[in-house]
Amino acid sequence: MPENNAWAEALEILKNDMPLALWETFYVTVVSTFFAFVIGMPLGILLVAGEKNGVLPLPAWLMKTLNVIINLLRSVPFIILMIMVFPVTRLIVGTTVGTVASIVPLVIAAFPFVARLVESSIRETDRGVIEAAQSMGASPFKIIVKVMVPECVPSLVSNATIAITTILGYTAMSGIIGGGGLGKIAINYGYYRYKYLVMLFAVVIHVLLVQLFQGIGTRLAIKCDKRIKH
Amino acid sequence: MIEIKNISKTFLTAENEVQALKGITLTVNDGEIYGIIGMSGAGKSTLVRCINMLEKPSSGTIVINGKDMTALNEKELRAARSKISMIFQSFNLLMQRNCLKNVCFPLELQGMKKADAVKRAKELLELVGLPDKAKSYPSQLSGGQQQRVAIARALATDPDVLLCDEATSALDPKTTSDILDLITDINRRLGITVIVITHQMSVVERICSRVAILDNGIVAEEGKVTDIFTRPHSDTAKRLVFPDDPGIVTEDEKERLVRAVFDGRTSADSPLIAQMAISQNIIANIRSASTKTISGKLYGSMILALPDDDEIVRRAVEYLNSQNVITEVL
Repeated sequence: MPENNAWAEALEILKNDMPLALWETFYVTVVSTFFAFVIGMPLGILLVAGEKNGVLPLPAWLMKTLNVIINLLRSVPFIILMIMVFPVTRLIVGTTVGTVASIVPLVIAAFPFVARLVESSIRETDRGVIEAAQSMGASPFKIIVKVMVPECVPSLVSNATIAITTILGYTAMSGIIGGGGLGKIAINYGYYRYKYLVMLFAVVIHVLLVQLFQGIGTRLAIKCDKRIKH
Repeated sequence: MIEIKNISKTFLTAENEVQALKGITLTVNDGEIYGIIGMSGAGKSTLVRCINMLEKPSSGTIVINGKDMTALNEKELRAARSKISMIFQSFNLLMQRNCLKNVCFPLELQGMKKADAVKRAKELLELVGLPDKAKSYPSQLSGGQQQRVAIARALATDPDVLLCDEATSALDPKTTSDILDLITDINRRLGITVIVITHQMSVVERICSRVAILDNGIVAEEGKVTDIFTRPHSDTAKRLVFPDDPGIVTEDEKERLVRAVFDGRTSADSPLIAQMAISQNIIANIRSASTKTISGKLYGSMILALPDDDEIVRRAVEYLNSQNVITEVL
């Protein structure tokens, strides 16, 4: 029966391609999220600390520029951004095609988003606690490192979870430019070769991955929050 | 010594200017507990924040132990602040750190070695009566316990001055009383100058030696607590010392109200009003009374209703004065 053949074929493809795809998706997501935080976290902190009433007031023009750049990068659709940043990708990786190359546009697309997430977390810091640290003679840098960031860890973990699941979604799109992973399987087999079953499986696994990351993230956020009585 | 000289503070809002402080001048002596009292919006929180420059005064100077706080640069100011600790109404503990690490925090800022900081923090938790809460997180403690941790944290850097900004306003009466005892104890034992900001007269009465009454950005009255409690002059002071007064407006034309204030010179044992009835033949009706006995002496005030007769009122006042009672005909 043709249907049985379709199943067998799909399983065969999955068996051959899935382990590598899963690994590629996983590692691209984690590495991209990491670099997105390396750039986005200091920016997000600056967006709060640098305000007029913040602990480290920065010139208004600088804050304005920072905000505009972040908004600009966030408003370009990822699929277009990937192509737009080809020169940057080539400069850093040497090529624009492949799994490693897909990390560059992922980071560029994700860090402004991460900056906004970090900004919203850091903004939650209790003004009174900052004032208490100031009254003890803490420098702006010490307030950021020892008060604002540690006090916001649970919220940062929650937002990091949102970031990682969003970036996971982006990695699927990078299949278009030859990035590896679940997206590549879904696009190559499902879209170009009409093997819908393979695509369906890839999507299901993608959904499971999101569930897994979200589950771990939520649990971690609750666990590390000392305001909750355990 | 803390000298507050002609401090003014103006806040600029989008629409207008708000003058929170209008030329405040006060002197706080070393080792005393000084109260600053006022209604909400009187400017007392702004004033206390000017002392450690959390608010920069618009004009005037703050001189602490000969050092002009308004003239310091950022770095000098941070060094000066480590000797001026502050506790707050909402405690402001770091919620993600346990109590021990909260007390260590100011020591960490000064770069003290971890082992030394932990040792000092443990001593301080002992001092405030919470040696067993070192590993607890603030959220696991009651308000009173959190304030004790905040006090331990404030004392960590061996400050010369402790600023208390409504430190007991969020606590119940019993806990308030315990915290005030602790502050008094610290003041006596360590000789730290304490400035207490509050809207509660009972707090000032209980621990302060001198008090300034703030009203709408100016000092309405200033002096020894005992003087202000017995002879308040300004309307603001009267409202604070005798909060019940507005309710006791006599509607009866045939009587006159006299306030009698006891400042501890009369014995609590003498039945003064009955004595006045017997020896002077003056019948006084006690309208309200708020008195208490401290080591056998009477403190507080009462409102007496007397017949509407100038001669009787004059004699009653004379008699009460002769018994060391301060009077005011209302």
